[in-house]
Amino acid sequence: MSKTVQQEFAPGTHPDLPPPVNTTGIIGWSRKNLFSSPLNTILTLLAMLLLWKSLPPLFEWAVINSVSTADSREQCWNQMSSPGAGACWAFIKDRVELFTYGFYPPPLRWRVNISFVLLALAVVPVLYEKLPYRKYGLIYSAVFPFIAGWLLVGGFGLEQVDTDQFGGIMLTLIIGVTGISFSLPIGVALALGRQSNMPVLKILCVLFIEFIRGVPLITLLFVASTMLNYFLPPGTVYALLVRVLIMVTLFASAYMAEVIRGGLQAIAKGQHEAGDSLGLTYWQAHRLIILPQAMKISIPGIVSTFIGLYKDTTLVLIIGMMDILGLGNASLADAKWAGLANEVYIFVALYFFISCFSMSRYSLYLEKKLHTGH
Amino acid sequence: MSSASVTANEPMLLLRLWRNQEYRSVFIQIMTMLILFTFLGMIGNNVANNLEKAGKDFSFAFLSYPAGYDITFQPFISFSPTDTHFRAAIVGLLNTLLVAVSGVIIASIMGFTMGILRLSNNWLVSKLVYVFLEFTRNIPVLLHIFFVYSIFLYVLPVPKKAISLSDTVFLTNRGFFIPSPVFEDGFGYVWLALLLAIVAVVVFVIWERKNQDQTGENYPVITISAAIIIGLPLLTYFISGSPLSWEVPAIKGFNFKGGSSIKPEYIALTFALAYYTSCFIAEIVRAGILAVSGGQSEASHALGLSHGNTLRLVVIPQALRVIIPPLASQYLNLTKNSSLAIAIGYMDVVATIGGISLMQTGKEMETMIFVLMTYLIISLIISAFMNWFNKRMSLVER
Repeated sequence: MSKTVQQEFAPGTHPDLPPPVNTTGIIGWSRKNLFSSPLNTILTLLAMLLLWKSLPPLFEWAVINSVSTADSREQCWNQMSSPGAGACWAFIKDRVELFTYGFYPPPLRWRVNISFVLLALAVVPVLYEKLPYRKYGLIYSAVFPFIAGWLLVGGFGLEQVDTDQFGGIMLTLIIGVTGISFSLPIGVALALGRQSNMPVLKILCVLFIEFIRGVPLITLLFVASTMLNYFLPPGTVYALLVRVLIMVTLFASAYMAEVIRGGLQAIAKGQHEAGDSLGLTYWQAHRLIILPQAMKISIPGIVSTFIGLYKDTTLVLIIGMMDILGLGNASLADAKWAGLANEVYIFVALYFFISCFSMSRYSLYLEKKLHTGH
Repeated sequence: MSSASVTANEPMLLLRLWRNQEYRSVFIQIMTMLILFTFLGMIGNNVANNLEKAGKDFSFAFLSYPAGYDITFQPFISFSPTDTHFRAAIVGLLNTLLVAVSGVIIASIMGFTMGILRLSNNWLVSKLVYVFLEFTRNIPVLLHIFFVYSIFLYVLPVPKKAISLSDTVFLTNRGFFIPSPVFEDGFGYVWLALLLAIVAVVVFVIWERKNQDQTGENYPVITISAAIIIGLPLLTYFISGSPLSWEVPAIKGFNFKGGSSIKPEYIALTFALAYYTSCFIAEIVRAGILAVSGGQSEASHALGLSHGNTLRLVVIPQALRVIIPPLASQYLNLTKNSSLAIAIGYMDVVATIGGISLMQTGKEMETMIFVLMTYLIISLIISAFMNWFNKRMSLVER
């Protein structure tokens, strides 16, 4: 009790005091989020130490000391204070065309470029729901793989290109896009088959799905590269790329089927009964009522299957196809540039990170948009 | 009775049958079987023709022929070029399982840690883990394997300039060299003591649970169990006169001799697979913990349980129910991804029988079938085990 302080305000009329300094602003924020307990303080300090130890040297290596014009590793390293002190981006610059087109004949590379543009156009109607005339756009998207196939392989008026010459980002995209666009319809068919009440169809679908999901993709690729030709009539030989595309599509469709089955199972029984009571046939009911709802629920799963498939395209390098990672590895064996593994791996990693991360962001955005509940 | 009044207006018999759902379903199934058998018959025919043309036969007899190649990494059973292809496959399978088991253990530890750190209210740590997770998850696992392996090849020194940790453990680009234990007479007592300790702990835990149910008394179970398991063998070890010595690796010529070596391929593969998978596990763990409603931990705090007990007794058991099914599929993924071993030359089951044996014998069909069946069996075993575990953990409803 202080007797000396005079009461300036009548009770209840004192103006609000500002909150204590250490609970607002940057101090308050860091007290709450960084130093709230002894354990948190230790964790924060450790994290800061980690960042301090790793980020500046990385920045120095990748940006400050890096060299972007040189003809060989020796030239690169001669420009630095000590060999390997900085990144030799000249290597990537030298190889970027190889990494994009593989061994596709340089005079015909305009065909690849057109395919890239057409691919970008084909993606638009799939992504944007509000696009005018989206229906026609979607038809184009469905036809796109065939157009691109014609453009890339040739025939029918275009000069033929051997599929062995495909490589790099182009090959990665071919396998990814083919796998994605063909696995979706097959996956829907398999999922419907698994849900069917015809025992023969059901058992077949279950066996197929569980077999594919039980073995690694790499063994299936080995089957494609060594064993699949035995299954074909004598004398017919398909290019390795075709066999790989078949296997990758089958592989992805088994996973897709499980994702879509999850969506189908989430649809209430009443929806089926409503369709029946309206006199719709099985296909009408599925096309108009069941599948639109089931697909909507399974979109996040479908996108993550796509991402997984896209990352798995790198496995083709094990059976000798030159995708972007395979070409990167092969470049490391080049005497002129040997030993620059970090540069190549960082380049390839960034490529995959950008494409996969944007896909997963898109899926999150869709999830939020489709979240119509509470 | 209606058959008597068949008129021209009524559809034909076949069409009527087609419109009957049961008949239609039987018809479709018969057709499916027919198409399937024709297809399989065609493939079988093609295979037979192709094999005949190539002058090969279909038999697994080659499994008992000498393999004629060496396997660089054979930690469990010995292998020499005169051993059979089958033994090579078994060595490869054991190597696969070694990577799978050690990878699953490391991935679980890392995944749970990161999942919990991601939920921490420490902003910096949570964001740091988030960045690491997103970056790692969106890059192909094969690239991770190459990257870790290249660190071995290019960053670690040659054996002559090995990084040594107190002169017992050596890190080189030919692998890690660690001291190997040499068991002398009398070490059997230590094993016996360990066995006894485990039995004692089991008995103690059962008694403790019963005691707690009856009286409500609480003992520090984990501390006491750990003390028994570590203490008893350690005591026996010193009483029996330290019957264990270590063989320390030493440099001889260009490489280390003595001790055990851990191959760089094994470390690179296991570590890359483990941290890649752990990122997916972290997301699963995070989602599982978030799925337990906040009221549960509030209720347990209200009952006076400490923060640790709340986590251990209330939150985690409920979160596990959500976590286990996707966790099982991540374990399966890791096991299947271990087949990427072939990319860096680790001798797993794909690289031995599906790689070198295939090349040497030309038995594409048989070796591939062998490999596919191996993975199918592993997958079935893992999913059966996880189903059993899931059933045990699931909510017992009245």
